[in-house]
Amino acid sequence: MTELPGAIFDATAPRSHRGEVREGPAKSMLRPAVVLLLIMTALTGVVYPLVITAIAQVVFPVQAGGSLILRDGKVIGSRLIGQPFSAAGYFWSRPSASTPQPYNGLDSGGSNLGPLNPALIQAVKARIAALRAADPGNTAPIPVDLVTASASGLDPDISLAAAYYQAGRVARARHLSLATVRGLIGAHARYPWLGVLGQPRVNVLELNLALDAVTQPAGDK
Amino acid sequence: MTAQSWGLLALFLAIALLCVRPFGLYMAQVMEGAPIWPVRVGGALERLIYRLCGVDPAAETGWKRYAVALLVFNALGALLLYALQRLQFYLPLNPQHLPGPPPNSAFNTALSFVTNTNWQSYTPETTMGYLTQMAGLTVQNFLSAATGIVVAVALIRGLARHSARTIGNFWVDLTRVTLYVLLPIAAVIAIALVSQGVIQNFSAYKTVSLLQPVTYRQQQVNAAGQPVMQTVTTDEQTLPMGPVASQEAIKELGTNGGGFFNANSAHPYENPDALTNLIEMLAIVLIPAALTYTFGHMVGDTRQGWAVLAAMIILFVPLYALCNHAEQLGNPRLSALGVNQTASRLQSGGNMEGKEVRFGISGSTLFATLATATSTGAANSTYDSYMPLGGMVPLFDMMLGEVVFGGVGSGLYSMLIFAIVGIFIAGLMIGRTPEYLGKKIEAFEIKMSSIAILVMPALVLVGTAVAVSVPAGRAGPLNPGAHGFSEILYAFTSAANNNGSAFAGISADTRFYNIALGLAMWIGRFWPIAAVLAVAGSLAAKKRIPVSAGTMPTHGPTFIALLIGTVLLVGALTFVPALALGPIVEHLLLWSH
Repeated sequence: MTELPGAIFDATAPRSHRGEVREGPAKSMLRPAVVLLLIMTALTGVVYPLVITAIAQVVFPVQAGGSLILRDGKVIGSRLIGQPFSAAGYFWSRPSASTPQPYNGLDSGGSNLGPLNPALIQAVKARIAALRAADPGNTAPIPVDLVTASASGLDPDISLAAAYYQAGRVARARHLSLATVRGLIGAHARYPWLGVLGQPRVNVLELNLALDAVTQPAGDK
Repeated sequence: MTAQSWGLLALFLAIALLCVRPFGLYMAQVMEGAPIWPVRVGGALERLIYRLCGVDPAAETGWKRYAVALLVFNALGALLLYALQRLQFYLPLNPQHLPGPPPNSAFNTALSFVTNTNWQSYTPETTMGYLTQMAGLTVQNFLSAATGIVVAVALIRGLARHSARTIGNFWVDLTRVTLYVLLPIAAVIAIALVSQGVIQNFSAYKTVSLLQPVTYRQQQVNAAGQPVMQTVTTDEQTLPMGPVASQEAIKELGTNGGGFFNANSAHPYENPDALTNLIEMLAIVLIPAALTYTFGHMVGDTRQGWAVLAAMIILFVPLYALCNHAEQLGNPRLSALGVNQTASRLQSGGNMEGKEVRFGISGSTLFATLATATSTGAANSTYDSYMPLGGMVPLFDMMLGEVVFGGVGSGLYSMLIFAIVGIFIAGLMIGRTPEYLGKKIEAFEIKMSSIAILVMPALVLVGTAVAVSVPAGRAGPLNPGAHGFSEILYAFTSAANNNGSAFAGISADTRFYNIALGLAMWIGRFWPIAAVLAVAGSLAAKKRIPVSAGTMPTHGPTFIALLIGTVLLVGALTFVPALALGPIVEHLLLWSH
C-alpha cells in the first residue's frame, strides 16, 4: 500500500470506507438478525447434515452405519466399539469406567481420577490381582493399558504388549499352542504408519472372533 | 519424549504449514469480495440471502453498529438454542424421545455453544435429540466460529485501512465466512471422517449382542423404596447412533469442541483411529494458522503474518514437549505396583489412565495441547487423569489467553491485541510514541486492549475464589486435595476463555456451576469482542504514518520475542499463584515419596 499523508478522510480510501454510511435506525437490525439466523439454521443445521448423510450413505454405507460386524446374520458388535471380556479363553479388553456396566454404549467417558487419587491406586491394584489370579504362573510386569481405564470406556484396542501378556492364559484355556495364539495376535497386529502415525495395537473383538473361528470358546473361567 | 512423538509433531506441523498460504489467501480473497470461482458459484445464493434479510451489501458500518449487530445476532442465537432444547420432546427427529433438559442446564448449554466454548455439563447420548444436535448445536458451531472470524477480519481492516469510518458490514462478513469458508471445508472434512469410520445416520440406537455376557452390580430401588445393590447379567450392548461426522467436522474446524458423545473425540465413533486424529488436529489448526496469512495479505505485508505465526509455533512446541514428557514418564505410584509403563515397539506406555490405545501418549498429548492452545476444547483423552504437570499444560495453554493459534478469529484478534500492548511497552522503554503498521497506538487503544486482555483473568480468579468459598462450589470436585482445586480452576479458566474442555470429574451440572460458568462464558466472549471492535474502529480512522528510521519493524525476531514475552508475562504473572495451589503442589506431593 502506498503511504499517502492527507486529510483525515482522504481521497485514497475507497468511497465506502469514507463515511458514506447508509445506516437505518437501530431496530432495523432485527430483521437481518432474525432472517439470517433462520437461513443459517436451515443451511448449516438441516441442509448440510442431510447432504453429508446422503453422500455418506451412498459412498460409505458400512462406515456411516457404525462399522457393524455380522456373524450368522446377527449383529454381534461394532469393529470400533469395544466389549468387556472376563473369561480366561478370551483376550480381555481394557478396564472401562462406564457405569453401571463396563463398555456401556450410553455412558461413554473416563474415570477422571487424578494420578494421586487413592481410588485410582485401589482400582489398579484390584485389576492387577484379577489378572494375576487368572494366570498365576505369569510374573511378567503387566502392560499399563491393561490396568488403566480408557478415555471413552469403549476402547476397542489393547496394545500388542497387553495381547502378548495374555497369550499364555488364552492358549491354556483353549488348549491351543502358544505359537498358534501368538500367530493370531501377529495376524491382527497393527503398527504405526511410517513409524509415526498410530500405535502398536490389536482390536480385541476381532481377535476374539478369530479365536472362536479356530476353537470353540471354553467355559467361563 | 519418544522419536515417534517428535515424528508426529513434525508430520502435523509440516502439513499444517503447507496449508497456511493457500487457505490464508483464500480467506483474504473471500473477505475482500474478490471474484474467485467459489464466490461466483455461490453469488446467486448470497445475493438472495441479502435480499431476504433486507441488507445492502455495499453499505458498511462503523465499529459500534458492527458490534451491536453482532451482539443482537448472537443473543438471538442463544434464545433459539435455549428454546430448541427445552422443546425437543415435542419436536421431530428425537427417536429416543429424550425430554428437554432443565432450565439452568439449557441456559448453560445455549451460552456455551453461542460463545464458541462448547462446555458440556450434560451427557449428550442421553440428553440431546438429533434435531437439537443439528439445528441447534451444529448451527452454533458454524455461527460462533463465523463470529470469531469476522471480528478478526474487522480488526485487520482497522489496521489495513486509514482515514476510514467503517470496518465492514457484519451481515455480509458473516454470510461470506459461512458460505465460502466454513461450509465447504467442513463438508470435505466430514466425508473424509466418514470414510474412516465416523458415523453419519439418523437411525435409532442399535442393540447388538455381546460375544461374552457381562455380569455387573447395579443400584436399584426395592419395593420399600430402599436402594439395594443387585447383580445383573446382560448379553446386549446399545450403540448410540446419529449424524456425527457432519458435527465433528465443524466442531474441529470452528475450534468449537462440543462432542456428539460424552467421551468427545475419544469416542471411537467420533475419532476411530490415528488418521482421523490427524485430520481432526489439522482441522483445528487450519483456520487459526491460516488467518495469520490472511492478516499479512490484507495489511499488504505478509511478513507481518508470518511473524505472528512464528510466535505461536515457538510457544506451542515447548508446551507440547512438556505435556508429552510428563505423560510418557508415567505414574510413579503405578510403577511401584509393578506396572510396565515403558514405551516399546509393542506399546505406547506412559500414563494410560484416561487415554485410548490407538492414540497413545503422542496422539493424546498433541491433541490435548492443540485443543487447549486453540480454543477448541475437544478432548481425545481425559485431562483430569493427566499427571500434574501434564494436566497443567492444557490449563496454562488457556491461561495464556488462547493466543497460541487460538480460536478461529479469536486467536488472531487476541494475539494482535497482545502485539499492540507489547509495542506500547516497548515504546515506553525507548521513549517513543508506539506505532503498529503505521498506526499510532494511543490512550484509547491501550484502554480497550487492557479491557480485552484483563476481562479473562478477572473472571477466572474471581470465579474460582467464589467457587471455593461457597458450599455449592466446593461440592463440585471429584478428586480430593489439590487436584480438586485444579478441577474448579480449570472449569473457570475454560469457561472464561471459551475453550470448553474440562477436568471432567467435576460435577458441573448444578445450578451454581451452570449459572456461574454460563455468565463467565458470555462475558469472557463478548466484552473482549466489543473492546477489539472499538480498537478496530479507532485504528481505521487514523492516518497512516510513513515508515521512518525510528519505526520498530514488526516482522523480525525482536518483535517475535517481544510478542512472546508479553504473552508469557501477562499469562504467567497473573496465574502462577493459582497454579502453585493446584498442579504444582500436586506434582511435588506425587514425587516426594
